[in-house]
Amino acid sequence: MNGLRVRDLSFSYGPKQALNTVSFDVDQGRFCALLGPNGAGKSTLFSCLTRLLTTPDGTISVAGHDLAAAPRKALAQLGIVFQQTTLDLDLTVRQNLSYFAALHGLSGRNAARRIDAALDKLHMLGRSHEKARALNGGHRRRAEIARALIHDPAVLLLDEPTVGLDAAARAAITDHVHALADAGTTVLWATHLTDEVAPTDHLVILHQAQVLAEGTAADICDGAPLQDVFLQRTAIPA
Amino acid sequence: MSPYATSLIAIVKREALRFIHQRERFVAALVRPLVWLLVFAAGFRAALGLSIIPPYQTYITYETYIVPGLCGMIMLFNGMQSSLSLVYDREMGSMKLLLTSPLPRWWVLFCKLIGSTAISVLQVYTFLAIAAAFGITMPALGYLAALPALIVAGVMLGALGLLLSSFIKQLENFAGVMNFVIFPMFFLSSALYPLWKMAESSEFLHSICALNPFTHAVELIRFALYLDFNGAALIWALLATAVFTIAALWGYNPARTGLGKRR
Repeated sequence: MNGLRVRDLSFSYGPKQALNTVSFDVDQGRFCALLGPNGAGKSTLFSCLTRLLTTPDGTISVAGHDLAAAPRKALAQLGIVFQQTTLDLDLTVRQNLSYFAALHGLSGRNAARRIDAALDKLHMLGRSHEKARALNGGHRRRAEIARALIHDPAVLLLDEPTVGLDAAARAAITDHVHALADAGTTVLWATHLTDEVAPTDHLVILHQAQVLAEGTAADICDGAPLQDVFLQRTAIPA
Repeated sequence: MSPYATSLIAIVKREALRFIHQRERFVAALVRPLVWLLVFAAGFRAALGLSIIPPYQTYITYETYIVPGLCGMIMLFNGMQSSLSLVYDREMGSMKLLLTSPLPRWWVLFCKLIGSTAISVLQVYTFLAIAAAFGITMPALGYLAALPALIVAGVMLGALGLLLSSFIKQLENFAGVMNFVIFPMFFLSSALYPLWKMAESSEFLHSICALNPFTHAVELIRFALYLDFNGAALIWALLATAVFTIAALWGYNPARTGLGKRR
């Protein structure tokens, strides 16, 4: 399978269980929204998916590569946008992207061509010589998404990428990433905002370290607004 | 070009760019040893009599004696500075970018180490040039012979920085490193006084100095500057490098650290 596959993943920080036998699949070219309230375990899941944390419990497979058995092959197929900005603010957008390309073994004309293509996809080509510090939040995010696409990853992971952005920038980035999924990239998009999920998206609801629901957003909602379904299912009884 | 070479060049270049962007750091790194050399040593030369000890063949001034120690000091501070920048990288998230790249983790850390060593060596040569301008010179070939010694010392102290950075979780804890690592390492070494002088005052302190890897780094540089070779110092420095590196790799093991943990 070419998408993302998570099976029986568990992780705990000492006595606190952060992930409890989490399993889900994202097929190739699907946009999967990982919806969960704060503290549900989304960030821990992202750390496990990106191998910043490892756990002996459960398996993760990225584009057919097992993350524990073949970490470098799996990581090479991952594009990652972290919740926190990871741009070097003193460097230009292009310098930031070149640095990242080199970490993936890309240099010279090949890297330049890929950087141009990635920036163009996110409508950021005109800003490639601006320092990251000079960009607004929305453009920084776009630069980061462009950066995550340089090495042509099969799977794109985004951890709450719209945090701190205004409504217009949020909508633009959500649309951009949906378009990437339509073009064949597998996307896992973590969020706690229900309006970023389209009815046709694959949806995984994570709550208190466990998967509450998995399926198409429309199927899970069954006609009701997602916001209501989400609040109802993640409500903690008083 | 292989992915290894490409990433090495990129990481070293980024370290260099960052260093250039922080001009105060460069100035501070030079002013510190120059104050020791031109002020402290001038005041101290009368108080401290030096006998002829290897690698010196004649009586030397105190200024000449402390030059290798100050080279070591520059590298010690720089090693800690890169450790600080690693902790900063981790707080700022750019460390995640490195650790999630499809390169082996040991290679990423090795590249960081090479980057910090290159900057250290560059600073030391700038310092030696300024010292020479003030008339404190070494044998001409000694400057060349010192290069491998400086690289060994730089890698050793860089590895120590790497090790510390894997255990320091927050930037605020860094002041402690200054007090508990830099100062004891510097003062309990042969940087400012020969070990036999220390033995005269306290056998106990002398044995600590003799065990301190920084002493051996300084001696390695001192001997090389005078076209001499100190095998014991080299072995000690390499041994310390191996220990620091293995411990740092363990410290950065994803199964151990909470690098992905939200703070």
